Parts: sequence; C-alpha cells; structure tokens
Amino acid sequence: MRYSGFRVLAEGLRGNTGWRPAWRDPAPKPEYDAIIIGGGGHGLSTAYYLARNHGMRNIAVLEKGYLGSGNIGRNTTIVRANYFLPGNSEFYSHSLKLWEGLESELNYNVMHSQRGLINLFHSDGQRDAFARRGNAMVNQGDDAELLDRDGVRKLLPYLDFDNTRFPVYGGLLHRRGGTARHDAVAWGYARGADRLGVDLIQNCEVTGIDIANGRVTGVQTTRGAIRARKVGMVVAGRSGQVAAMAGLRLPIESHILQAFVTEGLKPVIDHVISFGMGHFYISQSDKGGLVFGGDLDFYASYASRGNLPMVEHVMEAGMTLMPMIGRARVLRSWGGIMDMTPDGSPIIDKTPVEGLFVDAGWNYGGFKAVPASGWCMAHLMATGTSHDVARRFRLDRFATGHVIDEEGTGSQHNLH
Amino acid sequence: MRIPCPHCGARDRREFTYYGHETYLNRPAPDAPPQAWDDYLHNRDNPCGATRDLWYHDPCGTWIVVDRDTATHAIQAAQAVANRRASA
Repeated sequence: MRYSGFRVLAEGLRGNTGWRPAWRDPAPKPEYDAIIIGGGGHGLSTAYYLARNHGMRNIAVLEKGYLGSGNIGRNTTIVRANYFLPGNSEFYSHSLKLWEGLESELNYNVMHSQRGLINLFHSDGQRDAFARRGNAMVNQGDDAELLDRDGVRKLLPYLDFDNTRFPVYGGLLHRRGGTARHDAVAWGYARGADRLGVDLIQNCEVTGIDIANGRVTGVQTTRGAIRARKVGMVVAGRSGQVAAMAGLRLPIESHILQAFVTEGLKPVIDHVISFGMGHFYISQSDKGGLVFGGDLDFYASYASRGNLPMVEHVMEAGMTLMPMIGRARVLRSWGGIMDMTPDGSPIIDKTPVEGLFVDAGWNYGGFKAVPASGWCMAHLMATGTSHDVARRFRLDRFATGHVIDEEGTGSQHNLH
Repeated sequence: MRIPCPHCGARDRREFTYYGHETYLNRPAPDAPPQAWDDYLHNRDNPCGATRDLWYHDPCGTWIVVDRDTATHAIQAAQAVANRRASA
C-alpha cells in the first residue's frame, strides 16, 4: 500500500477500514542467501539496500525482540554531517544526502527536520579549531558557517552569553543538520524492505553461528537453525556477545549513555545546540519535549540505565548554558548500550570468518549513520568489497595504526 | 554507584577513573608479536554480566581491580592491584 495524502483522505471517508499492517510476519525459511542479525536501524537499512541496490531478495532480518526495540527507538535523533577526518567526513556526507531523499525513497514520513545545528565555542583556540572543521565540511561539499557572538545571539538569544567559565564566543552553524523521528526511520526501512521481499523475523534470537572450514554456513536461533552463506552482524551494543558466537573478540566495549526528556513545552528551542565544553546538547522534539543528553557514564555496562552523577552533570551543564530551562520538569531518562571502539569510529568490514560481516562500533553516533551504514554494509555483503565512503572503517585499523580519532583524545577504551 | 577502595572504604563513583577490563594489567612482553599487543590494547571480551575491571582511586592513588556485574552494576569485591600482585 502506497501512502499519500489522497490515501489518508480516502481512508478517512471509509472509516479507516482499509489500512493494512506495514509489513508481514513471516516464519523463518530453512535457508536464505543472506541473513542480517539485528532488526534495528542499521540492520533494517542494510536489508533494504541489499534488496534495492543489489537485487538480493532472499534475505532475512533476525530480531530477538521487536523491530526497532534497541537504540534506534531510544536516541536523541540528531542528523548531521559535521565531521573533520577523512573516513568520517565522506561517510557522513553520504549519509546526510541519503537522509535528504529518504522520505520519498521510502514513501514514509520520517519527520526529517533540517532545523540547523550549532556547535558553540568558548575561546580563541576553539574558534580556530571550529573554523578549520567548517572548512573541512565545506571542502567535503557540505555546509558550514562560522558565527560570531552576535550571530549566535540572533539565533539563540536565550543563552547565558556572559558565563564566566564558558563565555560564548560564537558557533559553527551547520544548516543542513537537524533531527528526525527515530522510530519512523526503523519503520520506514522495515516497510521498504518487506515490500522488496525481505523476511523480517521478530522474536527470533540468534544463539549460535555455524562455521565450517572457516566459512559461515548459517545460524542457530530460538526458532530453529537457518542456513545462509552470508551473515551480517548488526547488533550495536550486543556486538561483543554475537561476535563471541563466532569465536571473535572485537575492539569494542559496551558503555552506557544517558538521555533525558522534559514535559512538552511550547516551541522554544528551534535548533540543535551542542555545548561541547559542558558535554551537553539539546533540541526540542515536535511534540514539545526538550531532548538532551551529555557524555558517557564512562564504564562498561549493559544495564540500560545510568548513574546519578552523570544526571547531575548534565543538568548542571544545561543550567549553565541556558538558565531558562530550569523550570522545565524532566519527564524521563534512560540509558542506551553503546558499542564503543577505542578511537570512537565505527567498523564496517569482513571478519576472519569467510561470509561473516560486521557493522558495529557506532559509539554514541549511530542514528545519523543509519542510511549510509546500511548502504555500505549492503555493498560489502553483496560485492565482497568495501564501499568507497566506508573503506576506512576497517576491523584491523587498530592493529595497523590507521585509527580515525575524531576527538583527538587517543585510541584506548576509556577515552571515548 | 559506590566502589569499595581497600584503603578508604566505600566511596562515590566520581572519585574513581575507569581504565577498562583488567586485561589492561597483563602487558605483553616487549618482544611479543604485534597480534599480542593489538589484543592487549584493543580487543575485549566485553561480557554482559560478571566482569573484572581496573579503576584508579584519584584521591589516594590506588589502582583497584573490581569484580562487578555489567548488567546490574552490583559490585562484589575490590582489591588493590599491589596486594593482588603480592599474593599472586
């Protein structure tokens, strides 16, 4: 069923009796050409692009819970392409271009809102670094504008510009940055993949990966064994456990990242604002809630909830930057399981097991990567070679020294 | 989360710096092959459940190995690295 304004009108006149489920609920077949482990944003987009770009139709996505039940349904929804380093720069640029055509591509409203993202700076040195970053973004073909203090004040009059510790010197404006509706991205890709014949199999947990003579032959699941010559592991925070089923240890440690939402307010914050020095960022959802977060709790965790010190830290940073939000009441907070790599950049690569591929290490930035991650993972699984914009996301880059350390803090597990 | 420092007792998590899995203590020999160094520096078991990791208590300067659960945040035991080496 194709969605359109006319369809909404017609269904309204018919009492909404014509709507059908957006995807099928198939039982697993005994064999597929390719299996994607993980029905989150990245897994679903991988399946979609395998079918759409590479003509593979005999594909299954195996999800242990329900579709979109992981980080794709619990993130702060920011979409941007403001990276500096080769590797990241071209990849996120490609992703943003896919975002810009995503709704017509999927015939699904993902509420992509390019409301502009502003990274604040607070010193002359930081201004120089942001000017350089902006130039790198422009060289990549994306947009960036360096705003001075008055330029920021025009857009964000409510900031505390004269804060003694972090006075606002200006900001780097990325107009094409913004937000999207996270669940809708999962649902849109799921519906798109289903329409191309992909089997989306829910409540189907992978319990083992079958390997014979160094080659993957299929997976064991809670719904029986399924054969496949190509298997992609796209399981974010659970990458360590799934890789262990294949006897692999990954350069990944899972950490906790918290986020917060206030009660719904009238429109007050029109952009996405990033206050890097305070480890704080914020935007306002279309529903009105202020959506904000900070840094990792900084220890390995699968608890899906964080600790109070980071809650306090984030609230303090928010009050420091924009005292006006002090009266807003926090509605809820949650913690996501982040697959952290030593250098803070992702992995889309083959593994030492023939036919087994890994798409992981999205750290705290996986949402904006969903389209390009699926695009490149599909390319890798279908052709056996890395896509040009993801060729630096190698599994062996830590051994060879070709790390992509965007933050410039070093390549070890407790730093990103 | 409070971590029991062997010298200072249970202290707020904010007094500690996390250094990852205790594998970080098992430094390879200087002439070990690159693969061993890659494993030591980067690759991790990343367990969901019981783990043993390395923390540093900033105020008293003690390196501590903590037995805890990554799924519940419960802490079972903590031992100073120096004592651990002495008893090993």
